[in-house]
Amino acid sequence: MNRRDFLPPILTAKEPEPGLPSPSPPPNGGLTQYSGAWTENETIHLLKRTLFGATRSDIDYFRSRGFLAAVDEILNPTAPLPAPPVKEYTSVTDAAIIGGNTWVNDTNSDGTLNSQRRASFKKWWMGVMLRQDRSIREKITLFWHNHWATESSVIGNAQYVYNHHNLLRTMSLGNFRQMARAITTDPAMLVYQNGQLNTRQAPDENYGRELQELFCVGKGPGSQYTEDDVKAAARVLTGWRIDPATGTAFFTEARHDTGSKTFSSFYNNTVIQGKTGPTGGDEEINALLDMIFSTQEVARYICRRIYRWFVYYDIDAMVEANIITPLANLFRNSNYEIKPVLDTLLKSEHFFDVLAKGCQIKSPVDLVVSMCREFNVTFPPAADYLSSYGMYAYLVNQVTVMQQNIGDPPDVSGWKAYYQAPQYYEIWINSDTLPKRNQFTDTMAANGYTYNGHRINIEGAEFAKTLSNPGDPNKLIDDILTILYRIDISAASKTQLKTDILLGGQSSDYYWTGAWNTYITNPGDMANTTTVKNRLRDLLKYFMDLAEYQLA
Amino acid sequence: MERRKFLRNAGVLLPSLVGGFSFRAFGADSPMMQALFAPTTETDHVFVIIQLNGGNDGLNMVIPVENFANYAKARPNIYIPENKVLKLTDKSGLHPAMTGLDSMYKNGQLKVVQSVGYPQPSFSHFRATDIWMSASDSKELVNTGWAGRYLNYEYPNFPYGYPNSSMTDPLAIQIGSSTSLTLQGPSVNMGMSISNTSNFYNLINGVQDPAPNTPAGKELTYIRQISEQTQQYATVIKAAATKTVQQVSYPVNNSLGDQLKIVARLIAGGLKTRIYMVNYGGFDTHSEQVDATDTTIGAHARLLKNVSDAIKTFQDDLKFLKVEDRVVGMTFSEFGRRIKSNGSTGTDHGAAAPLFIFGKNVLGGVLGNTPIIPANTTVNDNLPFQYDFRSVYATVLANWLCVKDEDLQQIMLKNYQILPLVNAGVCRKAVNLSGEMLISNYPNPFTSSTIITFTTTGGHTLIQIIDTMGRVVKTLLDKEYPAAGTYTVTFDGSFLQTGVYYARLQNLSVQQVRAMIKAR
Repeated sequence: MNRRDFLPPILTAKEPEPGLPSPSPPPNGGLTQYSGAWTENETIHLLKRTLFGATRSDIDYFRSRGFLAAVDEILNPTAPLPAPPVKEYTSVTDAAIIGGNTWVNDTNSDGTLNSQRRASFKKWWMGVMLRQDRSIREKITLFWHNHWATESSVIGNAQYVYNHHNLLRTMSLGNFRQMARAITTDPAMLVYQNGQLNTRQAPDENYGRELQELFCVGKGPGSQYTEDDVKAAARVLTGWRIDPATGTAFFTEARHDTGSKTFSSFYNNTVIQGKTGPTGGDEEINALLDMIFSTQEVARYICRRIYRWFVYYDIDAMVEANIITPLANLFRNSNYEIKPVLDTLLKSEHFFDVLAKGCQIKSPVDLVVSMCREFNVTFPPAADYLSSYGMYAYLVNQVTVMQQNIGDPPDVSGWKAYYQAPQYYEIWINSDTLPKRNQFTDTMAANGYTYNGHRINIEGAEFAKTLSNPGDPNKLIDDILTILYRIDISAASKTQLKTDILLGGQSSDYYWTGAWNTYITNPGDMANTTTVKNRLRDLLKYFMDLAEYQLA
Repeated sequence: MERRKFLRNAGVLLPSLVGGFSFRAFGADSPMMQALFAPTTETDHVFVIIQLNGGNDGLNMVIPVENFANYAKARPNIYIPENKVLKLTDKSGLHPAMTGLDSMYKNGQLKVVQSVGYPQPSFSHFRATDIWMSASDSKELVNTGWAGRYLNYEYPNFPYGYPNSSMTDPLAIQIGSSTSLTLQGPSVNMGMSISNTSNFYNLINGVQDPAPNTPAGKELTYIRQISEQTQQYATVIKAAATKTVQQVSYPVNNSLGDQLKIVARLIAGGLKTRIYMVNYGGFDTHSEQVDATDTTIGAHARLLKNVSDAIKTFQDDLKFLKVEDRVVGMTFSEFGRRIKSNGSTGTDHGAAAPLFIFGKNVLGGVLGNTPIIPANTTVNDNLPFQYDFRSVYATVLANWLCVKDEDLQQIMLKNYQILPLVNAGVCRKAVNLSGEMLISNYPNPFTSSTIITFTTTGGHTLIQIIDTMGRVVKTLLDKEYPAAGTYTVTFDGSFLQTGVYYARLQNLSVQQVRAMIKAR
């Protein structure tokens, strides 16, 4: 059964839909490998979903690689992991670290200093995303941050925050079961979910609950764990602490509940035998994870999370049956390796279905980082860390006011856009955040942001030079919109924008062509150069202010 | 495949309203900020700018009857026969298609200003348009518009703190998808645009742009709904449009009339907007400007008829709506056309040309001498200018928009002659600030140095001094402030030439600009 057969005719201007938008079906097709054409359109779709934005050079590169090779390359990053954040803060004394050197190996626990380091971590992360390689690594690292959501302001210790983050990136395309094991005794998570306070005398259920409810099993219709299961899991997890001298977790047998823990029928009435000795805690955690991962629900839950991150939020019965269920089977059969799931999904006809395109609302991070990347916004050289981090700080501030404070999601559930029905992504856009998005793109199209003698902004003329024929105003608009929009605008709209903005009200295309050619041959003609740059500025600003720009 | 193509091409996707700078009000509702707002200029005057795109042929619009023989000789294939000219005086007259403006002239509602231009004229559409809009010298680049500088002077901190109780409405409204350089202020564009006339009615009637019935279309529709709710001025525009229930009937198939009809509706609906800008294109008449057998008809005649009919109807409507006391308008085009016509019954890019000032409060008549046409015009001959176009602007600012004489230079960048164009008796000159002042300087004007006072919310704070070209001439401050506060910094501008400069404050997502004058 093909959903497209049911599509009602497209609304026309004379038949406006009052009030709410009409229900629209989610994408079609199953996990069968996509066999259609590998055009620029498909390439851009893949890039916008797996990287931050589709740059002109990345589009050309991956299109020429061919479909399967392109997905393979995106899923197999070869670039080394990024160098850690450095000391760039100056408002607090930190004698142990020389400016420009990393602070991540220092165990100093001073509160003021750690607050500066956490800010440093966020700026650094912004820079890592801006300088991302041609792979999925950065987008999926952000996915895992949203999944294993922790708040740096609660964790406090910047070293734990960085190590936790590094763990997410290092394991981002590895094995989910192993990732769960590592996170369970990760110092940042032990602080965030009070694991270090969880003792046999005073069990703390926090992590035992979230491990099931948010991190592994979820709250889908097939999730049947009980409150007693939460209590039993908490007992399994007793006895872990952090050594502040090394910043590592260790197990204290005396704090561990060595009794047996009995679970509900959802877990086949599993009994985890209490273990003694220095490795007891580790053995019980492994038994707990074995039990959790033997349910059907973990794979389904994680596949739904992945689907909502990379495809669309609407999972109806057909998507559940055609996509989630087979993907979950694959995940289990692959022993919870992450890559096969992504490989199958990103190569599927479902992923490339016309209905799957353009339906994501960009997260604030996606908006900000993609904008900088797609326009090749030039940052100060990384070696000039003071200037670079100053720029990143501005962008961290921007995503924060747009409600995506990286490193500090609202709570352990992560950002609402990825779980809160029925709005999901639409939660990103409201009467407060949309003007801020527009204000940001307006600013970047015009004055940009100046820090320490450097400026970041969109150089419209430099961007236009990367396009196929910027002297032809029709081609120029088409080429810009190919990159910026996933839903095209009408020919009439393009003509109006061309006439109003590029031609300054004239009817002949020649006037733009002449100005552009003069700009290329004689950029020193300041009057003409100003004409060209101002018109491109106005055009790009206009495009970024339209609703279409918020979609990916 | 067919379906995919269909989906991708669906939609006419221009928003109804486009902010010059998509700012939203920042805390304008707080009582403390309200206390900072003082009344703006005590005028309810409105100025309407009609841009004739393409370079209008002034010589065939206002015919130099006084020099008719030379005129006809220079333009044998396109001249308007003398007996067809609508005589204004015994020296000049209007194109026969402009009966509407002719009757306005007879009622004292039309001022014809002869040969308006500027030294060293540009013949490039883009450059000449920028010169007219920025009010710069020919060889000087100015990145702001004259009306934008006026609005920045009148509402110095826009958009920070707007809309507010003393200015609830857009400062300027342009019809067309792009807000023009005319309305560009030193920091942000001061105008907003209604992307086209049909979108105006969609806005009034709550009609949404179409979107495909796909997940992408669903999200697009959602964002558009929020966008419309967020558009700070949509509500006031709708309210103003709704208040005006009846207007005179406008000519059909006249896009300039369609635009002016909206302007009249919004003025009568009570918007406090000072500046309106509308456009009418097609004046680039290199060929077939006139009908080959009858030079009084053809492309240019149709354009002029539409201009004349539209303005006359607009004036009638303003009277009907009882707001004619408040409105003055002006036409302009980036240049006139060559004296001599070309071989394809057209004219090429030229220089000075007449313009019209209209309204109940204009001083009617013809200002200036009839252009002199040489007896043997050569192909490159152009009309010299009699009046600098910036004198027209300066007059409008001083005598219609009631800018204090001592402040004119800040807006116009230089001093210009004031012309007898409008009845100046109606101005009450009192200018105050409004909006929250984040950056100011004293003294202003200054001779060598001035003290800049600024307010930061903390965090990274930058203050640059920028010239009228937009070049940074000095970075005064580029540092982190641990806490919010008001601070001062002294700017030593002794190395600068005299003129207008801007102090620009950037504090995270806020930016604000202060105009300063360096005087001798």
